Amino acid sequence: MDKVSTIEGRAIPLGLKNVDTDVIIPAHWLKTVSREGLGKGAFETIREAPGNPFDVEDFAGAPILIAGDNFGCGSSREHAAWALLDLGIAAVIAPSFSDIFSGNAFKNGILTVELAQDQVDRLLEIAADHPIAIDLENQIVTTPFQDRFAFEVDPFRKHCLLEGLDEIGLTLERGAAIETHEQQRARALPWLDAPQRRDAA
Amino acid sequence: MASKPRTLYEKIWDAHVVERRDDGTCILYIDRHLVHEVTSPQAFEALRLAGRKVRRPDLTLAVPDHNLPTTPRTDAAGNRLPIKDPQSAAQLAALEANAPAFGIDYIDATAPEQGIVHVVGPEQGFSLPGATIVCGDSHTAAHGGIGALAFGIGTSEVEHVLATQTLQLRPSKSMEVRVEGELGPGVTPKDLILHIIGVIGTAGGTGHVIEYRGPVFERMSVEGRLTVCNMSIEGGARAGLIAPDETVFSYLEGRPYAPRGEAWDRAVAWWKMLHSDPDAVFDKTVVIDAAVVEPTVSWGTSPEDVVPVGGTVPAPESFADPSKQSAARKSLDYMDLEPGQRIEDIAIENVFIGSCTNSRIEDLRAAADVLKGRTKASNVRWAIVVPGSGLVKRQAEAEGLDQVFTAAGFEWREPGCSACLAMNPDKVPPGERCASTSNRNFVGRQGPGARTHLVSPAMAAAAAVTGRLADVRTLAPCQAVDA
Ligand code: SF4
Repeated sequence: MDKVSTIEGRAIPLGLKNVDTDVIIPAHWLKTVSREGLGKGAFETIREAPGNPFDVEDFAGAPILIAGDNFGCGSSREHAAWALLDLGIAAVIAPSFSDIFSGNAFKNGILTVELAQDQVDRLLEIAADHPIAIDLENQIVTTPFQDRFAFEVDPFRKHCLLEGLDEIGLTLERGAAIETHEQQRARALPWLDAPQRRDAA
Repeated sequence: MASKPRTLYEKIWDAHVVERRDDGTCILYIDRHLVHEVTSPQAFEALRLAGRKVRRPDLTLAVPDHNLPTTPRTDAAGNRLPIKDPQSAAQLAALEANAPAFGIDYIDATAPEQGIVHVVGPEQGFSLPGATIVCGDSHTAAHGGIGALAFGIGTSEVEHVLATQTLQLRPSKSMEVRVEGELGPGVTPKDLILHIIGVIGTAGGTGHVIEYRGPVFERMSVEGRLTVCNMSIEGGARAGLIAPDETVFSYLEGRPYAPRGEAWDRAVAWWKMLHSDPDAVFDKTVVIDAAVVEPTVSWGTSPEDVVPVGGTVPAPESFADPSKQSAARKSLDYMDLEPGQRIEDIAIENVFIGSCTNSRIEDLRAAADVLKGRTKASNVRWAIVVPGSGLVKRQAEAEGLDQVFTAAGFEWREPGCSACLAMNPDKVPPGERCASTSNRNFVGRQGPGARTHLVSPAMAAAAAVTGRLADVRTLAPCQAVDA
């Protein structure tokens, strides 16, 4: 997974509260074989309305999304995170997130930043015309107007994002231990290795 | 290692711990990974994007089952017939491409060994006692019937296992379901597990791994044990297992992936140690009296909604818990049933014999025994048998069971999940009832608006010939007629 340190650029000022996973990616997009391409279905219902922020040319490819309270509530579908990633979103800023969503986002290398409602309001205002920056190392959101909003982040998640580690990456870091286990297993329980298909006796 | 007495589950768990973190999370080694077409495409894709390989392709086996049509897969000339539904076709094509690309053994949709993953694993000797087995399907618990620790996982865990051959997990608690006494005549493993779920409830095993113990299981066939463990998930448990014994060993010996020669002898020696120590402590114990188990039928939309076939539909007020009362009211409404109605008065329009719960040879024999010399009732519109694998199908045909089924008015299909989850074209029409040997009676599970009654294969056959839910024990024994 890509390392995340500073995310800088335009931010889509969505602002809505209770954006649920059905809004992020409607259910009819779930019968796919790929997590790529889900960006097309992301926020489908919102994007049907003329003048929605996703249509504004300045926000094409924006790496940040700013939303209201309780972002990502609803089902546990991992497709919500996949859809955001496919859209190019690397971080979401909101006053609060659903637990399952922030877990899925983290698993997919998306940073979720919780700020107070008035700070989010200020960012929504600025984002209309200016870029903003999220500095993960120093846990601070900045604007071209000297705003500095500090945020909290779980130290374990911060470490993983900074180092570009997903859960799989973390497990792979323990590769030596896995190998040792495999060697012991090969000695103690050798029949478990490399089963060969043979014609039934 | 501590000499503290351990349960079977703890022994298998301990043997697979790669590392234990301070918070109790373990990296657990996975011995066998079964892969099917529905929960794997995004996992393979993610591996590809991250430039990762499958760590142990030799421990991974892929077979399509969930959305394959059960109509013939080849034409008279042996050419593959295309799948009409584009999404199903795409998922199958993805697995067909991913398996060889990552070096994984693949059983083709048209191969005689193809079948439902949970039937194929034990049948091929790929699933072994004492092994950790995972699959992106919640009924993976079935493999516990041969003494494995087997459980279902989600797509990101499928990816995790493919890449690392491990999972990060915390241990579950252990639960003993001890069945005392003997099952009465005509009472099957399916009736027993439905009864158990009725007793413990769908949350009874939450956070636990169940070990089924008692003389009933010692005498039970491997097929029956797979049926029981299969539905552990309906009792809320992550997995269910039964200590392996000679019955299991002789079932596995000589199967295509099973160890041979000296490796076999070493394996059996280890498997023989796989049982809970006499003083092992379970976090929870439930004792069931086998003698009270009757042929059992589900009446509602939760697998815990079960009654003996001789019983009546319960009144919602009969439940103590107010949330259960309202759930029961909703269930009765969906199922179009009245409290007090006799179960045996419920007419059935569809019969499904299949699914990883009840589609092995013994299940088909039990159903065919009832059907021999009989035909389905006129109100039964649709009756199908979907064997669990191509090998089960061939065996049944060699025994002439297919003739018994078709003579009775059943359709004889190709193997797959079929009407268990109705992802393929096999669906129960809205508002109609189905006596089904599958494992879930959720709202819409067998098709939108479909009403499912979970039963054993013999009871499904009895429903077919009487056109209603009927006690198979009361059907007059029928002279075996040569088909
Ligand atoms: S038969 Fe049903 S429960 Fe079994 S694997 Fe298929 S879908 Fe899952």
